[in-house]
Amino acid sequence: MSLSILAVDDSRTIRDMLRLALTQAGFEATTAEDGVDGLETLKDMSEQPDAIITDINMPRMDGFGFIDAVRAQDTYQAIPILVLSTESADELKSRARTAGATGWIVKPFDPSKLIRALNMVAGKGAA
Amino acid sequence: MNIPAIEDTEQDPSRQELLSFHVGLQEYSIDIISVREIRSWTEATPLPHAPPYVRGVINLRGTVLPIIDLAKRLAIPAGEKTDRNVIVVVQSGDNTVGLLVDAVSDIFTVSDSELQAPPDMSSDGSLKCVRALTIYEDRMLRVLDLAAVLPQPDSEAA
Amino acid sequence: MADIDPMAEIRASFFIECEELLESLQDGLTAMDDGDFDSETINVCFRAVHSIKGGAGAFGLEALVRFAHRFETVMDEIRNGRLEPTRDTISLFFRGADVLFDLVRASRDDESLDDATVELILVDLEALVGARLAEEEAEEAEGADFTPMSLSLDPIDGDDHSGFALMDLDAPLDDPAIPPTSSAPAGFKIAFHPAAELFASGNEPRHMLAALRDFGEPHITCDLSNLPDLTGLVPEQGVVGWHITLETSARKEEIAEVFEFVDGLCELSIEATGSAPALPDLESIDLENIVIPGPRPDDDTPPQDATPEPAPATPPSASSPPAPAKSKDKSTGSAKATVRVDLDRIERLVNLVGELVINQAMLSQSITEAGVPTNSAVGSGLEEFLQLTRDIQESVMMIRAQPVKSLFQRMSRIIRESSAMVGKSVRFVTEGEQTEIDKTVLERLADPLTHMVRNAVDHGLENTDGRLAAGKSADGIVTLTAAHKSGRVVLEVKDDGSGINRERVKQIAEDKGLIPPGVQMQDQEIDNLLFLPGFSTATEVSDLSGRGVGMDVVRSAIQALGGRVTITSEPGSGTTFSISLPLTLAVLDGMVVETGGETLVVPLGSIAETLTLTAADIEQLGADTTLVRIREEFVPILDLAVELGFRTPLEGYEGRSVLLITSEDNSRTALVVDRIVEQRQVVIKGLQESYGRVAGIAAATILGNGRIALILDPTDLIASAGSSGPHSAQPFAIAG
Repeated sequence: MSLSILAVDDSRTIRDMLRLALTQAGFEATTAEDGVDGLETLKDMSEQPDAIITDINMPRMDGFGFIDAVRAQDTYQAIPILVLSTESADELKSRARTAGATGWIVKPFDPSKLIRALNMVAGKGAA
Repeated sequence: MNIPAIEDTEQDPSRQELLSFHVGLQEYSIDIISVREIRSWTEATPLPHAPPYVRGVINLRGTVLPIIDLAKRLAIPAGEKTDRNVIVVVQSGDNTVGLLVDAVSDIFTVSDSELQAPPDMSSDGSLKCVRALTIYEDRMLRVLDLAAVLPQPDSEAA
Repeated sequence: MADIDPMAEIRASFFIECEELLESLQDGLTAMDDGDFDSETINVCFRAVHSIKGGAGAFGLEALVRFAHRFETVMDEIRNGRLEPTRDTISLFFRGADVLFDLVRASRDDESLDDATVELILVDLEALVGARLAEEEAEEAEGADFTPMSLSLDPIDGDDHSGFALMDLDAPLDDPAIPPTSSAPAGFKIAFHPAAELFASGNEPRHMLAALRDFGEPHITCDLSNLPDLTGLVPEQGVVGWHITLETSARKEEIAEVFEFVDGLCELSIEATGSAPALPDLESIDLENIVIPGPRPDDDTPPQDATPEPAPATPPSASSPPAPAKSKDKSTGSAKATVRVDLDRIERLVNLVGELVINQAMLSQSITEAGVPTNSAVGSGLEEFLQLTRDIQESVMMIRAQPVKSLFQRMSRIIRESSAMVGKSVRFVTEGEQTEIDKTVLERLADPLTHMVRNAVDHGLENTDGRLAAGKSADGIVTLTAAHKSGRVVLEVKDDGSGINRERVKQIAEDKGLIPPGVQMQDQEIDNLLFLPGFSTATEVSDLSGRGVGMDVVRSAIQALGGRVTITSEPGSGTTFSISLPLTLAVLDGMVVETGGETLVVPLGSIAETLTLTAADIEQLGADTTLVRIREEFVPILDLAVELGFRTPLEGYEGRSVLLITSEDNSRTALVVDRIVEQRQVVIKGLQESYGRVAGIAAATILGNGRIALILDPTDLIASAGSSGPHSAQPFAIAG
């Protein structure tokens, strides 16, 4: 079974990389380029993603705003959200947690770590 | 309008296919591999300051094709201008040009052994364009060295 | 698809993205320079640098990451309001953006960059934030891993726990997992008590416990000591805890990583047990048969004392081959979707459309010749066809069209560098950045424009004292504008300096023997002396512009693009250089003329005016020279047909048409032709590639009748006529 992941990042390069890392791991990747786009994409998805990865610093709606907006809706409260950011670990941890994120990945990301983290929060092999 | 049947000669490297044509009263030929197409004569746009054997340029499906008057190039009297006059479009290296000839006559195959070197007549400059002689149906055929026919910038500066 | 390296593709697209980001950085900085300190403006700059850093990190472009990081840190200070964006700061940012640009280019092309420049800016940036930066970077060095990510196509996870990745979880359970080693098995004792908040964060303990199986054999006991009586149980209140013993050779940090996201949301202790993890004795491990027994904590299995339970049927995705990848990219649906197309393909399309235009003209001509009335169905159908063809041509040209913005941004850099070099303070103003020009034209504009912009800073503007004395602001202003005007693009380089010192220009021209001394000249004519070859030399230019390139070279470059360049200057208030260009190099506005029985095209841009000769206009001078009087001026006549060798000179020229050509040296020539046919756009066909250079001829085109017409290069023709020697034609000068 493959996990479906929504990845939100304003950098095309990072989106491309995420998509590559995710699809290589056998995941299904959907991307969006900022918070607003992320929310719309999320609504458009026929099935909820198993997890969301989001950047913080984005135009229009940043990562915190995006997480807030996702968590504000009952149906999305259980979706694990990983924050992908270049911030240093400690600061990131508290900011991500305050925002309602499930976990965090430091950029530039190590794909195997990312996949491990996704498996961890979304449940490897779980239904 | 590419000329087919190149494969035959490729199988036997010692044999080559030649296209022969009339220039004035003489008969010349070139390796058919270099022939791109044959088309009927259209009036060329003259190029200023060009050597006399450059007739000008014509429109070949949107590209500019220089035309070489082979009779003038070989310094032999040209035949009467008829509607059989054709342009043989040939390619040598990256260079594509049209050769104005009186009429195309034949396509035939010769083997290397049937070709003989032309006599060394260094006084006649036009002879350097002929790389070999051969006999076909009892006629003497001159085989052109295409690279020598097309003028080189250094040797041909007016 | 298999033979395309996806990373190479992403890398290429990263550098394209960088160009876009650098552009928005420039935009943002320009806005800041204009006093716009809106938080979003600052954010745009920050994000641009930030995104470059992010991508660069992913590709291990260390120099780029290092620079972008410090740049970003300083910008962050501005963003947080901890640093005041002064003029100096913004100017440093501009220089930083320049270095960033160079670094991006260097990284893309695998070249190294002059470290000194980079270091200089780095030091300046550091000075802005001082200690704060040092602190932060020390922190970074400790914690953050800026190691380049290596995204390999190997199965993910394979390198980390290779021994375990091979484990077959479907194998029979009763096989002992790891052969006993001499000492007690290495491992950890973990106590894990989630707090209520853990569940709110979207974390799930069972996933974490499952994740432990990656490391070894977990024995999990449920700790229900905190359990209230069952009636009051709310499952997500974090009353359940677990004790886990794990036999593993993994390091403690690796185990801790599993709980990284819930740090602070649980009580957690991890203690090492047994002997220190030793490297497994490879020979004694039968990797094929290793099995992890171990319960899998599951909702419907009340966690009891470790009773071996069937391992889950699903192997970890780590060891399974990647499933067929499905990918949707919603983002392509948003506003500015783009497609990358090879330029060659567009080139081909442009050529084909050129053919279409010619073909269509030929068809119109034959239909007219056939006597079909224009109001017939054929006639009106043809009219529509004509319109469509033009639309298609225009659309195709638009594909290659690009806004001049990138070019303007390059000029902004030239201004910064040259103003710094001559010690003048310059404000750079641009207008019409969105004006589009054919990409090939755009590229070839960079050099002439660079020179003109340098000139404006160097010669056009006064120094600060001079400006203040003239009652102007201390900052000189150089304005670069672009606009579409009647089917052409007009670029202007304007300075608000003192204007051309005509007396001095004339003096220099006289001193250099370019003009005879004491000639009366109009202002416009004096200004045009600047375009004379040999006018500018190092003696009268500063070290900046004196690079052996004069305005004559600029003019030739513009003319080679089918353009014209003109000067207007107002003493005391400045000079404007105006460049008028065709929209594309593929078509040319031409005057179709007939002479000596041939049809030729003369570029419209080179024709100052046309007139028909009357006997009264014509004067003879000596044996060979015929002059035509145009108002108060006598201009020599050049018979085009004679010049090109199409005929011998005529007895008289009355009734013939004259095209008045102004050459680069400002001299004028009356080019005589038999008849002016029409004015029209023609598609340019190279002659040089197929034949070689012909003196006086720029290119060829195909007319409506299908025949080739030569396009004249009037300047070259007149120059070679002046030399009057035998013309050296160079046929078949085939470039290697």
